[in-house]
Amino acid sequence: MMNADMSPRRPYKDYHEWYSSQDRARLIAKSRDAENIFRKTGITFAVYGHADSSEKLIPFDLIPRIISGREWRKLAQGIEQRVIALNAFLDDIYHKQEIIRAGRLPRQLIEKNEAFLPQMIGFKPPGGVYTHIVGTDIVRTGEDQFYVLEDNARTPSGVSYMLENRETMMQMFPELFHQNKVRPVQNYPNLLRQSLASLAPPGCSGRPRVAVLTPGIYNSAYYEHAFLADQMGVELVEGSDLRVIDGKVKMRTTRGYEAIDVLYRRVDDDFLDPLTFRPESALGIPGIMDVYRAGNITIANAPGTGICDDKAIYSYMPEIVEFYTGRKAILENVPTWRCSEPDSLQYVLEHLEELVVKEVHGSGGYGMLVGPTATKRERALFADKLKSKPGSYIAQPTLSLSTVPILVNKGVAPRHVDLRPYVLVSDKVQIIPGGLTRVALKAGSLVVNSSQGGGTKDTWVLED
Amino acid sequence: MLGRTANGLYWMFRYIERAENTARLIDAGLRMSLTRSDSRDDDWDGVLQSAGVREDYDKTHAALSSMDAVDYLLRDKNNASSVMSCIEAARNNARMVRTALTRETWEAVNECWIELRHVLARKARSTDLPEIIETIKRRAGLIRGAFHGTMLRDDIYNFARIGTFIERADNTARILDVKYYVLLPAISQVGSSLDNMQWESILRSVSAHRSYGWVYDGEYTPSNIAHFLILNARMPRSLAFSYEKIVSNLCVLGQTYGETHAAHETASTTLTLLQNRTMEDVMDQGLHEFIEEFIVQNNRLGQEIADGYRFYQ
Repeated sequence: MMNADMSPRRPYKDYHEWYSSQDRARLIAKSRDAENIFRKTGITFAVYGHADSSEKLIPFDLIPRIISGREWRKLAQGIEQRVIALNAFLDDIYHKQEIIRAGRLPRQLIEKNEAFLPQMIGFKPPGGVYTHIVGTDIVRTGEDQFYVLEDNARTPSGVSYMLENRETMMQMFPELFHQNKVRPVQNYPNLLRQSLASLAPPGCSGRPRVAVLTPGIYNSAYYEHAFLADQMGVELVEGSDLRVIDGKVKMRTTRGYEAIDVLYRRVDDDFLDPLTFRPESALGIPGIMDVYRAGNITIANAPGTGICDDKAIYSYMPEIVEFYTGRKAILENVPTWRCSEPDSLQYVLEHLEELVVKEVHGSGGYGMLVGPTATKRERALFADKLKSKPGSYIAQPTLSLSTVPILVNKGVAPRHVDLRPYVLVSDKVQIIPGGLTRVALKAGSLVVNSSQGGGTKDTWVLED
Repeated sequence: MLGRTANGLYWMFRYIERAENTARLIDAGLRMSLTRSDSRDDDWDGVLQSAGVREDYDKTHAALSSMDAVDYLLRDKNNASSVMSCIEAARNNARMVRTALTRETWEAVNECWIELRHVLARKARSTDLPEIIETIKRRAGLIRGAFHGTMLRDDIYNFARIGTFIERADNTARILDVKYYVLLPAISQVGSSLDNMQWESILRSVSAHRSYGWVYDGEYTPSNIAHFLILNARMPRSLAFSYEKIVSNLCVLGQTYGETHAAHETASTTLTLLQNRTMEDVMDQGLHEFIEEFIVQNNRLGQEIADGYRFYQ
């Protein structure tokens, strides 16, 4: 929020003035109000492995993270470029594989990758779009220095928090939205529905029927699945509601079976079709891949999309962006050591105390080592894991992440954050001005994942 | 609407109704043990029977005591019909059909769950029981209020209402099934204090001890009490009232969807039966036999609704 000389940074100027006039006790009371709103509304997530407290609240911090219009424009350009490159890459990987032929990407990285689906080879999804909804994770290290941490091109979650955080802020502090020109995010569900409907399969006549596919109420992101279906005004379906009949995917309604044209699925590839993927999965719809390949349903995001946001592929993103857009990547990649390469592995093992080591296929902050804060013993144990399966890990330097203020009992204190803006891809790329700011609530911590005690904030993009 | 959604709505409202009824049964049981000088624990035998959990209670308990019975009815996880189990199940169903509910209705259910989970976290002291029962009834009332005040009158509403009244008819019939003998004219000695107390207890367990007085000029007779609970279509927990609601909601569904099912026929037949009979007819058939037949028929109707509207795969 502040410059080095203790004057407020420009985007925070009006907010800072307002904040200085506020009574701290009142703000802390408002913090509790916000928590009650979340609890009452049931905005919870499930933590796997916690038996007694199966539903948790994500802590909400009421000081917004503010981004100026100028900063946002640069970010948005960079994200758009990257998302276009991701879709072009997927199309190429499942067709001619020119990037491999050009020698820019090792063949084995694709063919030995579990996220690569041979069933998608030679198939073009409706509209040629593979990743319809993207949530790019970005961190900032300096005034104009942004890095992309992860591309999240499969099923990015968290957008309901972006919307509920804004809703809560507007309820609690309407005056702030008079003083600051904050760009709205609330039309996201509408844009999502339009974007999905515009990619209905060619065989669909009339108004496309959209549905959200959820694994069910025990899934950690169930709240979000229900929220999005509700806000879009579409059905929320489970695998057991769906069946392939006469070459279409149909849902069981009180009046019989009715066809679905676009399925926004929030289940992983593995659980989509037991005939094609995991035979033991009870979540999927037997035969849906045949319907898909026959062009009678759109699945968003497309199966096999995971090949582009794999952590091993990530390190090639600068090449990928340049290869498909013909320009240098606007947003930087965090330098990444691929432990599958012997030289890199050697380096990583020698510099464990400076590095963050992540599992290639992991997510949610599980199974990672944060070198600088880990104990000697933790590092030693991790080194053993690395040596036994080097191909499963990548390592990155710990960046000096920017901090933003959060409200604590004694006033404000700086904490590290990241940012996940949400992108919709149809015949155009739409980036919602805002996103999910995740904040590490422990002083000094760099881990922002909600499963590891992170919180969230409202994210403002100003009109200027 | 998805068949699974219709199923979720139907059960969500059955469970809310059941939770409230269980609370009412406990209330009536407590009142009985307060007013009766020779209070015995086996008063709770009838309460457990009315709640349909007498046999299951014995599986986990060696003896019958009032506080154990109350705890079993209020919060035992092994008892699928305990208030807490019902509220958990209602909320899980509400979560499943979240997109079919207004925000107000969902929040009323969620807040009910949050408060009861807190209130019923540990075994209740007997001094706290009146307040706990009050809380359950109040929370159920808030859900009902939010539901009626905000929900669109479409098929979502119809399935919710059908669930409510199938459960209510079942609950009222069960109370009668357990207590039918005190309503038999031959056995009871009209006007004895024991009878008066038994009768009041029946009325209290359907929240009708006051309204009864208004309708029947305060005259307690077994035949009038049975009439009130079975045939009186103005009494909101009677079998006749419940079936009027079931039939009207099924009719609306039939018109909306342009098709009827076996359930329509079954429900109409039962309603006609309840409308055209007198108490003498019922007593001639045998009160006990009449009620047993009703319970079987009511269960069958529930199954026919599930089949007709594709609740399951």
